[in-house]
Amino acid sequence: MSEIPILKISDCLLVSIQVDMHDRLAMALQDDLTQRIVTDRARGVMIDISALEIVDSFIGRMLNNIAAMSRVLDAVTVVVGMRPAVAITLVELGLALTGVRTALNVDKGLAMIRTIIDSDERVYADRDR
Amino acid sequence: MLIETGETRPVRNSDDVVRVRQAVRARAVACGFSLVDQTKIVTAASEIARNTVDYGGGGVLRIEMLRDGQRRGVRLTFTDQGPGIPDLELAMKDGYTTGNGLGLGLSGAKRLSNEFAITSTPGQGTVVTLARWK
Amino acid sequence: MANEKGVIAALIEKHQQALLSGWLTSLKRASRSSNADSDAATADLARQFIEQLRKGTASNSGDATAPEWAPMRELLEDFSRSRAAQGFSPTETAVFVFSFKEPLFETLRSDGGLSAEQIASQTWAVTHLLDQLGLYTIECYSRTREEVIGRQQQELLELSTPVVELWEGVLALPLIGTLDSARTQIVMENLLERIVASGAEIAIIDITGVPTVDTLVAQHLIKTISAARLMGADCILSGIRPQIAQTIVHLGLELNVVSKATMADALALALRRSGKMVVDRAKPTAAEA
Repeated sequence: MSEIPILKISDCLLVSIQVDMHDRLAMALQDDLTQRIVTDRARGVMIDISALEIVDSFIGRMLNNIAAMSRVLDAVTVVVGMRPAVAITLVELGLALTGVRTALNVDKGLAMIRTIIDSDERVYADRDR
Repeated sequence: MLIETGETRPVRNSDDVVRVRQAVRARAVACGFSLVDQTKIVTAASEIARNTVDYGGGGVLRIEMLRDGQRRGVRLTFTDQGPGIPDLELAMKDGYTTGNGLGLGLSGAKRLSNEFAITSTPGQGTVVTLARWK
Repeated sequence: MANEKGVIAALIEKHQQALLSGWLTSLKRASRSSNADSDAATADLARQFIEQLRKGTASNSGDATAPEWAPMRELLEDFSRSRAAQGFSPTETAVFVFSFKEPLFETLRSDGGLSAEQIASQTWAVTHLLDQLGLYTIECYSRTREEVIGRQQQELLELSTPVVELWEGVLALPLIGTLDSARTQIVMENLLERIVASGAEIAIIDITGVPTVDTLVAQHLIKTISAARLMGADCILSGIRPQIAQTIVHLGLELNVVSKATMADALALALRRSGKMVVDRAKPTAAEA
């Protein structure tokens, strides 16, 4: 069980990363999240990094992994709250967050997940007609 | 150019990586770096520290505060006695990784620093030096 | 050139009042403005200066940089700072110190307790000392002015690149004038901070007022736009002049951002993206008018 709490908001999971992550914690978080997506039938995963002063390639890899695993489980991943200094540094570092959508804050993140899920359902609904 | 103060820290495991980030941050703040510059050097330090742990079998970091006239800077020297890097040019390419990484550690850290140097002898170890000036 | 320990100190102690009043008179003569407050402040400062001079010369040091003179240096530094902040010239500030020579030499000469040789050597010692102290005030003054200029530059920078909220969720950054690397970085960081603070998902960067863009500035622009995207916002570039368009293509730069000719076009796009629509209001009928 990772020490990072995972909250459920309707059909979304919210994770708020507050601490300096080391390897064990990151692995535990990835495991927990994938488990919870299945058990809670979550359609969205929101990772709040507003408390992170540093995002290096290790964290970047973790975020990419979470997004990849979520996609396989039919969930959308959105990273929210990235600080300007972090964003500028990531651009310089050359880190691309693949398969990870971003939003400015939790509210917008939830709205984004809603839009994507709804449009997906519309696609399926149209197909079934 | 003067070396004002220095400290040496072990870089053996991921807990040390966390401590390295905090120590480098403290030095950068003491030097008067802007927030963005602080973030850049701490991120670069994090990258190299992880490399030292994951590929170098652990090592040490020397943090030095520099002064050149009115300019102040922070210099980091990571040393390990690991297997070394056989092809430095290849290792410095974006995306190249021998492990599970994103392959951005060395090239990224270089981009985030004002000065960057790396020497490595296969079988003996690696030394990475990077510096950022205010 | 030895400062015979205590000669000057004793002299000052003996003639303290006369020195003070003589000095204040000549200062008043030299100064342009005169009001009760500044007179009182000057008198107080003069008293402290004489006291510190007495203490300093009682020690065995004729070198104003020595630790024995630290309280005097502090006194002069405060004085210099306040004069600099008030807009006095460095000369006016240093004259305060130099003008003490007159009453002091006069006292040396007329005291009667000193030989001609003593007068000569003490005059030299005192000249040397007061010169150092006067120059010190000029140095402090320069440093203070530099700090003031630095602060003003910073304020100017912040004033000249405001980020405005054009509409809910739409920010605009109208850049004016030539951009150098340092300024562009600060401006861009400011924009990103505002995006977070306001929660605006669209930022219009308008460069109508920018005559030229070089590679470095273009790179900063591109990095800022990438950073904004990473954070979850998007940018629209507007106001690109033909010359700048040519430079960009010539330098082979991939802007990778939507760009509109005018800020008006950019605003229209931003509103559309935000799901907003601008409609004409119904015209009032003859009955309603």
